[in-house]
Amino acid sequence: MSAFLELFLRFLPDLLSGAGMTLLLTAEGLTAGFVLGLLAALGRTYGGKLWRSVSIAYIELFRGTPLLMQVFMLYYGLPGLGITLSREWVAFLALGLNSGAYQAEYLRGSILAIGEGQMLAGRAIGLSRWATIFHIILPQAIRLAIPAWANEPVSLLKSTAVVFLIAVPELMAKAKAIAAKTYDPIGSYLAAALIYLVMVYLLDALMKWSESKAVIPGFESEAKRA
Amino acid sequence: MASSLILQAKNLTKIYGENVIFRDISLDVRKGETIVIIGPSGTGKSTLLRCLNLLTRVNSGQIFLEGREITAPGTNEDQVREQIGMVFQNFLLFNHLTALENVMLGLTKVKKLPKEQARQKAMQELSRVGLADRAGHYPAQLSGGQQQRVAIARALAMDPKVMLFDEPTSALDPELIGEVLGVMAQLARDNMTMLVVTHEMGFAREVADRIVFMEKGSIVEQGAPDDLFERPQHARTREFLWKITELYGKKEKP
Ligand SMILES: Nc1ncnc2c1ncn2[C@@H]1O[C@H](COP(=O)(O)OP(=O)(O)O)[C@@H](O)[C@H]1O
Ligand SMILES: [Mg+2]
Repeated sequence: MSAFLELFLRFLPDLLSGAGMTLLLTAEGLTAGFVLGLLAALGRTYGGKLWRSVSIAYIELFRGTPLLMQVFMLYYGLPGLGITLSREWVAFLALGLNSGAYQAEYLRGSILAIGEGQMLAGRAIGLSRWATIFHIILPQAIRLAIPAWANEPVSLLKSTAVVFLIAVPELMAKAKAIAAKTYDPIGSYLAAALIYLVMVYLLDALMKWSESKAVIPGFESEAKRA
Repeated sequence: MASSLILQAKNLTKIYGENVIFRDISLDVRKGETIVIIGPSGTGKSTLLRCLNLLTRVNSGQIFLEGREITAPGTNEDQVREQIGMVFQNFLLFNHLTALENVMLGLTKVKKLPKEQARQKAMQELSRVGLADRAGHYPAQLSGGQQQRVAIARALAMDPKVMLFDEPTSALDPELIGEVLGVMAQLARDNMTMLVVTHEMGFAREVADRIVFMEKGSIVEQGAPDDLFERPQHARTREFLWKITELYGKKEKP
């Protein structure tokens, strides 16, 4: 136990810098994924032919293949197209694209759940189709998506571990380096695991808090009773 | 001098796939008039109302709003809908907004009024339907009758030239019907032009200037309430009126 504590404290700065990279990748991936997911969800539900097809293809492709494969495709494939990006950029891109495909489906589900009636009501007072989508449908759909969507940050945070395979210095990569240095893989990965647990716990708490902020008075309780 | 035509439908036909919903329907609506449309369900009444404010496109025929053809190509449909209020059977309030915000939204986003002015106007409309004290409530915190009155206020806030009501009380518990019909009767007295689909025969009799009986996609007959109720010209009208009083007779009350 004291050996573990010693290792933990000795490499804490290293582990924390890895955790910092993990959190950064998570935040970036979530943000990029939200924008992409919103565009794809809107495309799939309201878009014209082209937007719709591109959205469907994107969602299916990125939900239907392993994240690690997507990371490798971008890492090895982009240079072939004459695009050279840093490892961090490839990681950010892959995580954003991957998360976006999942976020698109959460949002699409809740957009469909809002129903045609709200669109009719918006159009009936003279709002255009897109004005109705932005002022009426999305504010409700995003709130409705939160409980399902709330799994995404934690899920993405854990997924970031795969990018150590393209040597992005995140928490998993740091743990591997420490294991090599100390010949104590169990201790090293356990230390990283503890930090993952703390991050997941905090992120979960943050999600619960924002869920409670997004409640529409009288509405949620109705939905739960039904 | 006959009062002026506000809404005029000429030979409207609506087809969904293979189904002819209605054929060759014509209807004139004069300023200040209250028209009640009655008829069995599945007859095309809702579809007709939705065609009149361009929520659904007719397959043929023309619609004129104050003499201007709104079915003409190039018509700004959003501007047309802004001028025609609509109240739905299931209220369709914006669930994420308070009563006040529901009424304000069209004023700020469609009419582009400054917020303060919109708030004042919205409060006036809520007072008009007797709900000023519920301004801060969300739809899920209101009874069905209150929700429908907010929906009426939301439509009125746009200062529509005509109001369309599609079975506004059909989704309400019997004890809540009166408050909504009361608001509508007051609107009729205030000379709002209204087109109302309803099964509330008491309301039809007392408030309507004209009753239109629709069946199987066409207008069978129309006339003043007394004529239509006392001396229906068609057997189908008689039959329907007989059935409807059986069904709804007990709870009718404007
Ligand atoms: N969007 C639609 N697509 C296909 N058929 C429809 C649609 N809306 C209504 N209908 C059909 O049109 C007919 C008339 O419906 P509706 O106008 O709702 O009648 P009413 O309001 O008189 O009960 C019904 O048979 C209904 O099934
Ligand atoms: Mg109907």
